[in-house]
Amino acid sequence: MVKSILTALLIVSFHISSYANPLKVGLVLDKGGKDDKSFNSAAYQGASKAEKDLKIDLKYVEATDTNAIENLHRSFARKNFDLIIGIGFAQKDAVKKVAAQFPQVKFAIVDGEVTAPNVRSLLFEEHEGSFLVGALAAMNSKSNSVGFVGGMDIPLIRRFAMGYAAGAKYVNPKINVSENYVGVTGEAWNNPAKAKELALAQYSKGADVIFVAAGASNTGVFDAAEEKKKFAIGVDSNQNWIKPGVILTSMMKAVDVAVYDTIKEAQAGKFTGGIVHFGLKNEGVNYTVDKYNEKLITPDMKKKVEEIKKKIIAGQIQVPDYYKKK
Amino acid sequence: MELTALFLALLFATLRLATPLIFAAMGGFMSERSGVVNVALEGFMLSGAFVGAVVGHQFASAWMGWAAALLIGLCVGALYALFVIELKADQIISGMALNLLVMGLIPFITKILYNSTGSTPALLVEDRFRVEPLVMALLLVGVLTFWLYKTRSGLWLLFAGEHPQALLASGVSVRKVRWAAVCASGAFAAWGGASLSLFLASSYSPLMTGGRGFMALAALIFGKWKPVPAFLACLLFAFADAMQIRLQGVRIGEVEIPVQFVQILPYLVTIIALAGFIGKSRSPKALGQEGF
Repeated sequence: MVKSILTALLIVSFHISSYANPLKVGLVLDKGGKDDKSFNSAAYQGASKAEKDLKIDLKYVEATDTNAIENLHRSFARKNFDLIIGIGFAQKDAVKKVAAQFPQVKFAIVDGEVTAPNVRSLLFEEHEGSFLVGALAAMNSKSNSVGFVGGMDIPLIRRFAMGYAAGAKYVNPKINVSENYVGVTGEAWNNPAKAKELALAQYSKGADVIFVAAGASNTGVFDAAEEKKKFAIGVDSNQNWIKPGVILTSMMKAVDVAVYDTIKEAQAGKFTGGIVHFGLKNEGVNYTVDKYNEKLITPDMKKKVEEIKKKIIAGQIQVPDYYKKK
Repeated sequence: MELTALFLALLFATLRLATPLIFAAMGGFMSERSGVVNVALEGFMLSGAFVGAVVGHQFASAWMGWAAALLIGLCVGALYALFVIELKADQIISGMALNLLVMGLIPFITKILYNSTGSTPALLVEDRFRVEPLVMALLLVGVLTFWLYKTRSGLWLLFAGEHPQALLASGVSVRKVRWAAVCASGAFAAWGGASLSLFLASSYSPLMTGGRGFMALAALIFGKWKPVPAFLACLLFAFADAMQIRLQGVRIGEVEIPVQFVQILPYLVTIIALAGFIGKSRSPKALGQEGF
């Protein structure tokens, strides 16, 4: 009897406290870290915007080690966080496992697909955005050769590469596209020195625009572009500001919007599980033009790329997708 | 003509990639030749890379960063010496502890300085080094070789590692020689780190050394604890890395070499070098011996 009263009290008090307290959101960032100026930065920006606008209670951690991810998720869940967001493909297994153990906690994962009622998977159509920047790279190239530098060699990054190459070849079928990867472990996201060497090698082989998708290693490619007076294309966040005049454009993934919207819906009690796709159609991916690169993208280039964009959205251009290759 | 250009590009890439390794290997050389095992090279490098990047950015000068890396290297080296020489802590364990300490301390400091979690703002392109660290690395190898075999203090170092009793009998303090050697080791390895953040890249990013301290240690062992062979071993490792960069996506006839295979090259070379072709590599006799 006493026990059941206590349990009831506990449930009531829990409910009261959860109404009185702001939504507790835990953000688990990937290895590149909050300041990679790219993928994780975008996620952090979205979350910190939500913290400001929606008055949620935000805690973030960085997974410096792949083995730590599961524990980070679990410790957030144990502390009764309402929503836990995992950033990056590497967190897929951890989210899957922890979400099953804590069915009352809401989870979201970016770049990974987890099917569970309390998990929302935020997936981006990277190949579509990459197709656009590939087209821009080919239009800008004078040497008839462009390059791609990926971070860790995983299907996700191959998806970027494939879309990029297809975009470049759509504009100029004879263009030469070289493709390199920094490494095969998570360390590849944090190795600007190696990324720079890869970029220097590609530039010396004739490429004059390089698209880089390597997290915190991106700066190495930007440095190389600056030294060799060539061009680079940023990724995930709008990176045009990092080196104005050197970065042709950025393939933006609206990770910030995806994270912000998820938090907002969770706060409003409208959180749903399942997969949400972000493509060109809903501006989940895009190329960027701002004051830092408006001189590099000529009106003619812009017109052409907008046309391509429309055709992709209308389904007139089929962008090859690495995920569906097999 | 094109072949020459390719060869030159490969050569320069090798030398560039070797620079941090050479500094770190020379750092390891100083410490290990004096009889102190040094697995803390990674930590020394990280601290040099970090402090170099912070000070270099602050003063907009790579040279200031370089000087700061020297200072922090001496300090961290002294800390390591304090533990292993004065307090006689286990050398392997203290070395690893020092690595972990540096890895943990840096994000803590960047949080205070820049409200970031382990990276620093970038140096402008004109403030960065062009080739200076590379030249200094080559000079360092030359100077150390000369110093080791041709000067009295160089022989002290050799004896501290080979036969400390003899050194003691001749009236030289083994303890002091080891102290100096470990501090110098810290400074050289810190320069190795600084050459990463001020020369090969433009800022510090978390754990940017990526195991180069341990690669340097492998190079030192491969080079039989001698400066010039260790230097050559560094070049070999860097060459494998540079080749790896250029071999990605290369075709032999119709078949493209799988990227995964190309990327194991540096590791493969390391294993083969250490296991197969090294012959007998004899460590300094008194390596790890305490009590002087």
